[in-house]
Amino acid sequence: MFYALSVVNLEIDEIEISAEVKDISDSSGLSPWQLGMRRFRKGRLGVIALWVVLFYVLVAIFAPFIVRLLNVDPYALDRQAINDFGLPKGPLGSMSWNHPLGVEPGTGRDILGRLIYGTRLSLIIGTVGTVLSTTVGVCLGIVAGLRRGWVDSLISRIGDVALAFPSLLLIIALANPMTQRLESWGVPKGNTAKLTYILTILTIFGWVYMARLVRGQVLSLRERDFVEAARSFGAGTNHLVFKQLLPNLWPQIIIFVAMSLPGYVALEATLSFLGVGFQAPTASWGIMLGDSVRYYRADTAYLFIPGGALLILVLGFNLLADGLRDAFDPRSDRQQL
Amino acid sequence: MNTPLLSVRDLHVNFGTSEGDVQAVRGVSFDIDRGETLAIVGESGSGKSVTASAIMRLNFGADIRVSGSALFEGKDILSMGEEEVRKMRGSDVAMIFQDPLTALNPFYTVGNQISEAYTIHHPGTSKKELRALALDAIEKVGIPEPVKRIKQYPHEFSGGMRQRIVIAMALINQPKLLIADEPTTALDVTVQAQILELIGVMQEENGTAVILITHDLGVVAEVTERVLVMYAGRLVEKASVIDAFASPTHPYTRGLLNSVKSLDSDRHSRLEPIPGIPPSLIDLPTGCPFHSRCRYAASLNGRCSTEVPELKAVGNSWSACHLPVDLLAAPIKESL
Repeated sequence: MFYALSVVNLEIDEIEISAEVKDISDSSGLSPWQLGMRRFRKGRLGVIALWVVLFYVLVAIFAPFIVRLLNVDPYALDRQAINDFGLPKGPLGSMSWNHPLGVEPGTGRDILGRLIYGTRLSLIIGTVGTVLSTTVGVCLGIVAGLRRGWVDSLISRIGDVALAFPSLLLIIALANPMTQRLESWGVPKGNTAKLTYILTILTIFGWVYMARLVRGQVLSLRERDFVEAARSFGAGTNHLVFKQLLPNLWPQIIIFVAMSLPGYVALEATLSFLGVGFQAPTASWGIMLGDSVRYYRADTAYLFIPGGALLILVLGFNLLADGLRDAFDPRSDRQQL
Repeated sequence: MNTPLLSVRDLHVNFGTSEGDVQAVRGVSFDIDRGETLAIVGESGSGKSVTASAIMRLNFGADIRVSGSALFEGKDILSMGEEEVRKMRGSDVAMIFQDPLTALNPFYTVGNQISEAYTIHHPGTSKKELRALALDAIEKVGIPEPVKRIKQYPHEFSGGMRQRIVIAMALINQPKLLIADEPTTALDVTVQAQILELIGVMQEENGTAVILITHDLGVVAEVTERVLVMYAGRLVEKASVIDAFASPTHPYTRGLLNSVKSLDSDRHSRLEPIPGIPPSLIDLPTGCPFHSRCRYAASLNGRCSTEVPELKAVGNSWSACHLPVDLLAAPIKESL
């Protein structure tokens, strides 16, 4: 959770700094963080992407309120809205004031409501998956980089093996047995067990990239004089890790988180689409996509709604990551889009 | 007070690499008294910095073997436990690094870093006290407007100013020994003199002993009392600064002095470089490490390439050379 909080902090920092930057026009007394935030605010695309991402986050957090406010129930079956063949009555999947984005074929459940709840699920998977694999990756990366020797070799080889695995096949193959195993261990049945399984397996395969990045950074940072200097002032390992190394790793970590989070969201959709993830009536973008493919001739609009939501979210995160990288890693020397 | 502050005996440092063992330091011994200034001179790879980091026990990694002893106030640093070493670093022995541009963490204000160096050894100091200490330290090293500067980040300082901050950090716990590893190499010539002067002033104020590691003979002449000359991991000459410059004994020291130009040297005279390159530390020559570049080696019938010369007294200096004492003691312009 530590990491998730920091991501939120970043946003808070930004608001605080905006007040500060106004009265100090030169860069005197600004930390590398503040300078980075300043550069970030100048990149327009990054800021727009940040608002897009924030919008999704707010929708996810306040999903129950929004659904009540808009009077769209994601689970209620509306037989009035579908005809005898189960297809929505009226054009564009029966879009109307009652159902702004239409209804689901076959059941008549409200698409907007399901989309809003699906945002929640996607972001939970994305956030928790990223936080878990980032935490594991950062810890192992620091240990490998600091200890070197056989510890480093061991961690790196385990990582190689994890990457070499055909992970998607494994995830699909193990889905049912592992979910049942988890349930027999006392994890609540159904979606909780599924969620636990998916998150666990995402972490097992997902930590490697982060660990490699951090390891490389630590290897280069530890040769920098300030780490050596801190040691020469009598600093212990904790001080080195938390005071010297981590502050220098944060920009890289945050950029990486922003880049990998949409991957997890898309993966959840993929798994649900393939029928490995959650099952209806759970509201998930992947389930909606899988469902809509079956009706795409009769109800094309349905296909584009979850697809569009997913596309915009992934695009938002990627542009945010680009903006952050331009701001915090100016040496990467990329032209602004 | 007759025992020296630091007494290094037979120090060896080996690095294991994939190409073989690098014998960076081979049997170095020296003493330093309280308040004294000692210079270690030598070209790159002569083992001077490795000697310093061995005294600080800063050598990372499992592939490094250190042997010998380094008695600091009677306690052997090389056989201390990790925790004991940690307590010693910074409070008893502090270090200044070569490149002030990288010696400070870019993410903290300089005030924060100075007070951090203090809190490591004095946990629980109040914020107010720390601020006062940092202000005081920054002022002492001659940085103007300390109240404003203390809140700034390293990137807002020039190289010389950063080195002043590093010095302030190193001295905040009033160490008894300060190891300055090429403290002026990365700085402009005009700033070099200021930094050396500052180290001198701080040393006088606190009674700190200083080991100055440098390849710059000008720096040595300016600030130190005694000189150790290192070559390929060995001490080749130990002398007072006056002796080392006026009557260098070892052929290598003479070569070093001939290869720099001083203001009073004849402007038409040519600089005399030492021929050849230093030996590889992995595949060291037998005998005297300098013999392949030494123009006198041929006169000793192969003794130089078979037998390792020990330090022997030559007048007031100590020199590790097989040449007879009277030849070594001869004035620089003559005979040799």
